Amino acid sequence: MYRLALAFCQFFCVATSAAWAETAHVAVAANFRPAMETLEVAFERESGHDLQVSYGATGQFFAQIQHGAPYAVFLAADAERPHLLAEMQTNRIEARTYAIGQLALWSPHTEALAADALRGSGLRFVAVANAELAPYGAAAEAVIAALELEEALAGKLVRGSNVAQAFVFVQTGNAELGFVALSQILSLPEGKRGAYWLPPPELYPTIRQDAVLLDHGHGNEAAVAFFQFLFSDQARSIIENAGYELP
Amino acid sequence: MSAPDFAALILTLKLALTATAILLLVGTPLAWWLARTRARLKPVAEAIVALPLVLPPTVLGFYLLILLNPQSAIGSFWLSVTGETLTFSFSGLVLASVLYSLPFMVQPLQSAFETIARKPMELAASLGASPWDAFVSVAVPASARGFVTAIVLTFAHTLGEFGIVLMVGGNIPDRTRVISIAVYENVERLDYAQAHSLSLVLLALSFSVLLFVYIFNRRFPVHVG
Repeated sequence: MYRLALAFCQFFCVATSAAWAETAHVAVAANFRPAMETLEVAFERESGHDLQVSYGATGQFFAQIQHGAPYAVFLAADAERPHLLAEMQTNRIEARTYAIGQLALWSPHTEALAADALRGSGLRFVAVANAELAPYGAAAEAVIAALELEEALAGKLVRGSNVAQAFVFVQTGNAELGFVALSQILSLPEGKRGAYWLPPPELYPTIRQDAVLLDHGHGNEAAVAFFQFLFSDQARSIIENAGYELP
Repeated sequence: MSAPDFAALILTLKLALTATAILLLVGTPLAWWLARTRARLKPVAEAIVALPLVLPPTVLGFYLLILLNPQSAIGSFWLSVTGETLTFSFSGLVLASVLYSLPFMVQPLQSAFETIARKPMELAASLGASPWDAFVSVAVPASARGFVTAIVLTFAHTLGEFGIVLMVGGNIPDRTRVISIAVYENVERLDYAQAHSLSLVLLALSFSVLLFVYIFNRRFPVHVG
């Protein structure tokens, strides 16, 4: 009898807690993955809600959400697309900046690195993200222009469609140097980070990464709670540790 | 069509022609061997040839990035001989295309060769023809349809290549920026007009190439045996 009561109680408890906990689908820009993985664990432990996270390119998520993809929250790699999406939602909520990306010039195989590395005569390839498609690419081209290296580097720039691909070009040794996100470098184990140089922020347009709560997230407690959590002190320190500046 | 897009089109045609020519030279003996051999390793060889059909191009591209980088055996050898890296270069794209389109050359040729009976080949040999002579004057004409199908499919398939080029090419204008990449770029930056004009060219080109194959195959049915 005692056992039966216990089982009944267990069933009841699980059933009620399941009714409390909700699931939210979140679309996240690929560059934010390392930070998001930590945020997800912290949020799920704290709230009991469940997040289903998809990582991908901001441009593709934008097109998918426009065509009705059921994401509740969107963490983009830029500020423009969340802003456009916010205007399209029936329940309008302003998009908010959750992180500011930091550009880094990176070489995994050297001890120290400075802007001068870009002037080396033996330099074959410098990987960047495509400036027309990715904010980190636009930032990289701005730095190159500010250093007046456009001519010297013409024909040496190899373009990945996003900053993740630029990172792979460098990591696999196909390009000696690359403009990547600081967060990508910090996601590597310490012995494999090589050397990096952070261009002064005034040399490139600020890489604002905005988040937006979408119509699918309204009335979804998990989504609303996560959107709040994203701007909490706890989340902010996780984001900062992952290699971003805070808004 | 804008000048960079036109350059991408020319580069794509050059790439497809080069890759098809190389594959014809490499694929013909391979297909002949596969069609004739009774080796126990045959299924293994066939599976390897078919791999690019199944593997996502990104997987192939990723492995090529690792295999061909300047520190690797192949990459450093190529660099010391030609002074040029394999990745992010036209030669690298040709190599990638050859691997990627291999089944499109080998499989139609192999099935064409398999339908040639042993009799005519043996007859040619008994009349004093060398194996090469027998191959050229008996096997090749009998497999004309197979050759046309293989060549055209290889060419058309290389035209549309995207995933590998994106990984191995690095999108350098005039060197590795092919038409599929240009279309992707236009779509991503929401320039649909440019994307349309390029896509239409590719669509028309692919359609006429395929139409040619099917007309050819109907006009010149080859009876073997």
